[in-house]
Amino acid sequence: MIIQAVCFYVFAAVAVASGVMVISARNPVHSVLFLILAFFNAAALFVLLGAEFLAMILVIVYVGAVAVLFLFVVMMLDINFVELRHGFLQYLPIGALIGFILFAELVLVIGYWALAPNIASVLAAPLPATAQVTNTQALGDLLYTRYIYAFQASGIVLLIAMIGAIVLTLRARAGVRRQDSSAQVYRPRAASVEIVKIEVGKGV
Amino acid sequence: MAEGDFWSGYALPLVAMVLEILAIVVPLLLVVAYATYAERKVLAAAQLRKGPNVVGPFGLLQPLADGLKLFMKETVIPSGANRVVFAAAPMLTFVLALIAWAVIPFDPGVVLSNINVGILYLFAISSLGVYGIIMAGWASNSKYAFLGALRSAAQMVSYEVSIGFVMVTVLLCAGSLNISDIVLAQRHLWYVIPLLPMAVVFFISGLAETNRSPFDLPEGESELVAGYFVEYSAMTFALFFLGEYANMILVSAMTSILFLGGWLAPFGVPPFTWVPGPIWFFLKIAFCFFCFLWVRATFPRFRYDQLMRLGWKVFLPLSLFWLVLTAAFLTAFGMLPT
Amino acid sequence: MELLREYLPILIFLGIAVGLAVVIVVASLVVARQNPDSEKLSAYECGFEPFQDARKKFDVRFYLVAILFIIFDLEVAFLFPWAVSLGRLGLLGFWSMIVFLGVLTVGFIYEWRKGALEWE
Repeated sequence: MIIQAVCFYVFAAVAVASGVMVISARNPVHSVLFLILAFFNAAALFVLLGAEFLAMILVIVYVGAVAVLFLFVVMMLDINFVELRHGFLQYLPIGALIGFILFAELVLVIGYWALAPNIASVLAAPLPATAQVTNTQALGDLLYTRYIYAFQASGIVLLIAMIGAIVLTLRARAGVRRQDSSAQVYRPRAASVEIVKIEVGKGV
Repeated sequence: MAEGDFWSGYALPLVAMVLEILAIVVPLLLVVAYATYAERKVLAAAQLRKGPNVVGPFGLLQPLADGLKLFMKETVIPSGANRVVFAAAPMLTFVLALIAWAVIPFDPGVVLSNINVGILYLFAISSLGVYGIIMAGWASNSKYAFLGALRSAAQMVSYEVSIGFVMVTVLLCAGSLNISDIVLAQRHLWYVIPLLPMAVVFFISGLAETNRSPFDLPEGESELVAGYFVEYSAMTFALFFLGEYANMILVSAMTSILFLGGWLAPFGVPPFTWVPGPIWFFLKIAFCFFCFLWVRATFPRFRYDQLMRLGWKVFLPLSLFWLVLTAAFLTAFGMLPT
Repeated sequence: MELLREYLPILIFLGIAVGLAVVIVVASLVVARQNPDSEKLSAYECGFEPFQDARKKFDVRFYLVAILFIIFDLEVAFLFPWAVSLGRLGLLGFWSMIVFLGVLTVGFIYEWRKGALEWE
């Protein structure tokens, strides 16, 4: 179990360190790459907790999909580093203010935080022992029937996201010629070939 | 006393584990090296040529000669490149192609790590493959590499969705995310028979996922010279190359596991069961890999709009429809695994 | 824990794979003769000097593909636990997922009709 403890401290330390690098790296692409590293370590921490399904989903969804989008956005930005530095001082006071408020809130929350003493008895759905039921099954047994409304609501959220993405990014482009396969296939012979009988010595 | 604990508790299992890992990595790299040889021989046969036949008997030493040549070449790092990311990209591709094999079972119980969410692990690894390419394209700071990487990224994510739906369809029939369980669920009937359209969708998506012909637009020689790895040379190039072929073999192995019954013999009766499981598994992988080469020798390259249309407008609705159909069928007849 | 014992080999495998990749590249760097010059190190552009930086703005369409991919990937993520435990969920679980997929199919039809899936 020493290995487990060592793993925890290594993963946690790397996660925090890469979190710091995300905000301090000069190149935004490096920031995103460090963010991916942070996701990985978070996934490893999930595994250490025994939540293997969540760990894999974290990698699939956040690293495999969301971070790809981030990388696309960041790669396309034509970032002028000089201008970026220029704006830094201008926004420093308001940034510092927001940071301070967040910090104060965190201190308050952590300072007054306590576990309810009877937490184990009020759990909505106690987790079955991982030895008998894998946590994918445990999740599946609850999510689609007991939490059906939350599940359907997430479906609606995804629908809105889909529509929003299309509304925001789709623009028709003029002068595009699309391929219409069926029109090509069903074109009659008369529309494409003309047979001309040419007499010798006359030309067309 | 404490020393004895250390040896039997930590050191020996660790050595055993490392040996097990090497027992996967070394044969895998050999197979990958000879996969390149197989590709050249099969393509040559398809085009009525002889293929490599000079280095060694039947040209069998050709892959080693190629490897040695690449090893002795100069590693060029372009001046405009982002050096760290540039070097990390091929390593990432190579590492991902290797560690996916940790969960592949070769026989009952013969698997490095028999995790409960094996199929999700494979899905996660394959969704990470896109990073090696994006990083290479961005870090090279070359227009061809950048365009190739963009195309490749969009293509890989488009086909990833269909791969996910196909995997879920198989899971509905098998009722477990554990890969060994999925193979064992096919004892009586390989899933290729009831789920044939899904097997075809999976294999074709696998072609797109590994950037193989006819979906090899990211490296289209005639327009992008080599796509995302145009700036790579020597061993950094070799790592991309090895990673790509290891990925092809991985997709072949996944097809074998999901649809062709993994290590299981085609019929559970004596003349077939005498052959050990790993041999069957190898034969199935070899067959799928041959199909990869066969497709390359036969079909011309897709156009990009056709490729996106196939992924989003054909495979996605088809696999979703088949998924719902399978679920409805299994529920209606009470055939779901519990 | 039994569960973690299965993950340790993956961690070691990762270490070995990374080590192997680094050793391959570094060994080649050391063994092979390195003789760089500015022409050799310039990015490939059909023999010209590169005109400008290669990293520039590209079509917004690629973002649309990435966003749609995220949404469908989440859909797949929801399907995995469902597929595993459908046998114990009964009809309610089945119809619950059908409604969920139906809602997203509405979105899919919308994007199809809008031409978001067209590529020119």
